[in-house]
Amino acid sequence: MSFAEQFQHPLGRLSLESLPFWQMLNDPTRGNVINGVIGTAAALMVVIGTLVTIAMITKYRKWSVLWSQWLTSPDHKKIGIMYVVLALVMLIRALMEALLMRAQQAFGLEGGFLSPDHFAQLFSTHGTIMIFFVAMPFLTGIINYVMPLQIGARDVSFPVLNSISFWLTAAGAALVMISLCIGKFSTGGWFGYPPYTEASFSPGVGPDYWIWALTLASLASTFSGINFAVTIYKKRAPGMKLMVMPLFTWTALCTSIIMIFAMPPLTVAMAQLALDRYLGFHFFTNELGGNMMNFANLFWLFGHPEVYILVLPSFGVYSELISTFSGKSLFGYRSMVIATMAIVALSFAVWMHHFFTMGQSANINAVFGIASMLIGIPTGVKIYDWMWTIFRGRVRFTVPMIYSIGFIYLFVLGGITGILLASPTIDYQVHNTVFLVAHFHNVAIPGALFGLLAGYHFWFPKAFGFRLNERMGKVSAFCWIFGFMLAFFPLYALGLMGLPRRSVAYTEPSYVPLEIAAFLGAILLTVALVTLVVQLWVSIKQRDKNRVFAGDPWDGRSLEWSVSAPPPEYNFAVIPVVTGRDAFTLAKEGGKAYPLPESYTDIEMPKNSVMGPVLGAIGFALAFGLVWHILWMVILFFVAAVVTMIVYGFARDTTRIVPAQQVQQEHRRWLDAVAAATGISRADEYQSANQGLAEMTIHEVPA
Amino acid sequence: MGVTRHIIYRHVGPDGPLGFPNSPTTFSEAATSQECTMMTIGDPCGRMRRSKAATSGSSVCVSALMLAGCSGDTHLSFLDPQGPVASGQRWHFVESLAVLLVFVAIPVFVLTAWFLWRYRYGAKSSRYTPKWNYSALLEIASWAGPVVIVVLLGIIVWRATHALDPYKPLASDQPALRLQIIGYDWKWLFIYPDQGIASIGVLALPVGRPVAIQLTSATVMQSLHIPALGSQIYAMGGMVTQLHLQADRPGRSLGENNMYNGNGFHQQRFSAVAMTPERFSAWVDEVHLHGIALNDQSLKHISQRSTRAELIAALSQPGASDGNIYFKGATDALFSTVVKATKSGTPVAPASVRQEFANRAPLAARKPTESATDKVQ
Ligand code: HEM
Ligand SMILES: [Cu+2]
Repeated sequence: MSFAEQFQHPLGRLSLESLPFWQMLNDPTRGNVINGVIGTAAALMVVIGTLVTIAMITKYRKWSVLWSQWLTSPDHKKIGIMYVVLALVMLIRALMEALLMRAQQAFGLEGGFLSPDHFAQLFSTHGTIMIFFVAMPFLTGIINYVMPLQIGARDVSFPVLNSISFWLTAAGAALVMISLCIGKFSTGGWFGYPPYTEASFSPGVGPDYWIWALTLASLASTFSGINFAVTIYKKRAPGMKLMVMPLFTWTALCTSIIMIFAMPPLTVAMAQLALDRYLGFHFFTNELGGNMMNFANLFWLFGHPEVYILVLPSFGVYSELISTFSGKSLFGYRSMVIATMAIVALSFAVWMHHFFTMGQSANINAVFGIASMLIGIPTGVKIYDWMWTIFRGRVRFTVPMIYSIGFIYLFVLGGITGILLASPTIDYQVHNTVFLVAHFHNVAIPGALFGLLAGYHFWFPKAFGFRLNERMGKVSAFCWIFGFMLAFFPLYALGLMGLPRRSVAYTEPSYVPLEIAAFLGAILLTVALVTLVVQLWVSIKQRDKNRVFAGDPWDGRSLEWSVSAPPPEYNFAVIPVVTGRDAFTLAKEGGKAYPLPESYTDIEMPKNSVMGPVLGAIGFALAFGLVWHILWMVILFFVAAVVTMIVYGFARDTTRIVPAQQVQQEHRRWLDAVAAATGISRADEYQSANQGLAEMTIHEVPA
Repeated sequence: MGVTRHIIYRHVGPDGPLGFPNSPTTFSEAATSQECTMMTIGDPCGRMRRSKAATSGSSVCVSALMLAGCSGDTHLSFLDPQGPVASGQRWHFVESLAVLLVFVAIPVFVLTAWFLWRYRYGAKSSRYTPKWNYSALLEIASWAGPVVIVVLLGIIVWRATHALDPYKPLASDQPALRLQIIGYDWKWLFIYPDQGIASIGVLALPVGRPVAIQLTSATVMQSLHIPALGSQIYAMGGMVTQLHLQADRPGRSLGENNMYNGNGFHQQRFSAVAMTPERFSAWVDEVHLHGIALNDQSLKHISQRSTRAELIAALSQPGASDGNIYFKGATDALFSTVVKATKSGTPVAPASVRQEFANRAPLAARKPTESATDKVQ
């Protein structure tokens, strides 16, 4: 069948063989059965999970609420929450895959139980999911939720675009999920270097799933970046000058700037690879003038800044946390801002350290190596400034603070191994060994994931009006920290002992003890995640004991704490006027934290829009058609996408009014609750007495 | 399907003979006569070794790094260096790590712990200054510290990068041994153009003589790495990269591919065996005598996507019984022919892959799940 013919087949490349249990049934060797069972179980989990969710929603008649309150909502807070939910769901899958890989390697001496192809799909999906569908949605969700509140805005600048970004991300995630049920995912790893991912070496659907999932995700992130940056530039409350913004907002801005500039190279690289695969172009092939190094350059031109997209928001979270839980204003604000900006600039100048081993001259390698080390300077400054923030403070060891402390210690180690890798001489030895795997998890987990989890604990009461169970939070935090250490420190040693990354099996008996330790670590990490889920469940059960409606459970410093928990949809009944950094702390000190406005006005808010879900569904269908070469689907949904966007261009009536009357009512109700609440001291933070009102005491303790 | 899941090759049975039936020379002497130079403390290999505890007792034994010693008789790591490049790399690694631990990690770890305790909530004896957030002195120190450390490291890195550039020929009074290495899926073909021989699975090297290597790939990207000898470098289709290594003493080192290239990736290993010059020339003679011909036919088999074991099964006269393959009749022209052919397209593409191409005439029609990679499952 020729390419064109295949595209004409109504089902494209789809056939029964694409089902995960097909091979096992037709050729039931032991290996095929084990891999078939695992694959089928995973597919069943996806299918059953989806069906159960649908059934529950139907049973409790929640479809219309879900549709009107959530799925079509342009409210940045709801979109933020949906992002975080998406991230946590995908985290469950990616962590299970990691556990499976660790198990395989623990038993991987001379074999193990997974087939090489299955293992390759696992590391490829794990890496792809963790980066694009866990870390990215998590941080985008938290920025979405928090940033507009911090700058005193009522929403982002482009609320519908925000919803579209979310739905495109969800479509990409759905594409990766469906690859479990139909067909196979790529085996080329998360960066999928050609020519391995070219049609000649990977003719199946795997790389196509990967290409279109990344395309959807990268478009979504570009839009989010634009949206956030414009919001921060344009929608700040009066008095909220740039150098007054909370540090989290600064890092959100910096991350957005990176998104705007770093995502397009990825989109372009994916488009080029797709042209190679679908239309026989030769951008990255071995032959006919192709050059895969162009892919490496484009990919890492995205890929390195990407790691700063991942860590900067968490740096922002840590800045807020350390200052809040040390009861002290952030040390070296100006330095922190400059350092963050420096990281943004430098992050675009170091991409080549990902391929020192491709044979560049020593001069080029040394320049890029040293440039990479330069990033250590602003990062070091940040670490020191966090330490000076703790210095002469009063540190409360709350759950978010435990994550922050774990972060300071572990991230320093990850940074050190990063600097080692930045030396081309050392990279020549440890590149593509599990030493590298240990390093990037050492920055990704403490650097990005811990920050996001800490942020989740910190802002959860704001979003839902009640606190999370503290004890379980601590158990989970310690499991994350020690699980991480146990899972990844052995990999440093294994890397130095020559174990290449992505090895399904090995022959050295000396690797076994370390591999087993790493496996135990992965189990501990799984316990950490399960504890988080249980914690959520328990906290929902106990919610009435832990309400913080007054809105300020941690003696917060920035504006998001100055409104009720959860906040009204318009965030601020009256837009606040800001007089300086730590705006809410200033207001509390001045006794003006809860002012009673003289009058209220009507508030204009965006109307719900079906654009998000519709474009998400179209994006998904289009990508699916492309993956499977289903021509009619591709044409149909491409046209649908264009038409939808044009039609939306004519939409005029896109806002609605929240009447002043209603605003007044809601605001007064909240103010009454604040008046009725008793301010508590920080010692009682985790008691039921904490209704979200902080005791107003500022007492310096001199030497 | 299901033919050969997970045949994993030991590089060469540690004490096994070369493998040719009446072979007078064996590797085992060369390999086992050499003890691991690391001390046995914390020996991770789980084996008792009659160690001449550290021939060079000074060999740097930074506690945890001991883990990366050697396993069995194979040298796995650059922390157990067998040549000048790896030993330079070890030194650079240790010095950089020391600088970072002493000037970065320890101060941060100690100060943070101390601050956290001293300024904990409820502490009575320490100062509390909730509004204090600036000190010019601390700010300057916070910037100056990292700057100084990075400048220091920058100097170290600049020097090491140039000194240990894999493209730089190694200084020696002996002429370098020329070697051409072609990456196939999933084996490396080692060509000794001046000796007219080639091998798969074992890379024999004369001790004390620099080796000048050219690399290319006949398929996808791969990365050749012999940790105990020196740098890894990518091999890429249609391109030639270079690498210079040298072994200082006889012994066996782990060799591998570090860049994932499909199902047989983890089996793409080999032994780099360093031997005395006399043994080396004996080995060359041996291969001339017993090796199989490196001709179009054997090349066709080599270029299949297959592991070394599958290749041996496919070759009509496997030659050696030690799991390695030895060829005679290797020419100087072969390497550049492969480079050109890969660049221009079809000829040296693995037949299985060419089949796909043919099926797809003119462009990319393929069967759904049957990728060439599925074969070895
Ligand atoms: C939470 C526990 C985690 C565990 C136990 C884990 C485990 C693993 C394992 C076993 C591998 C394969 C290593 C190999 O190639 O030999 C891997 C690869 C990878 N992981 Fe994780 N991981 C975790 C979290 C994360 C997170 C949070 C991220 C990113 C934000 C991440 C990103 C990646 C990437 C990018 C790869 C490389 C995939 C590739 O080779 O292309 N992982 N991880
Ligand atoms: Cu990078």
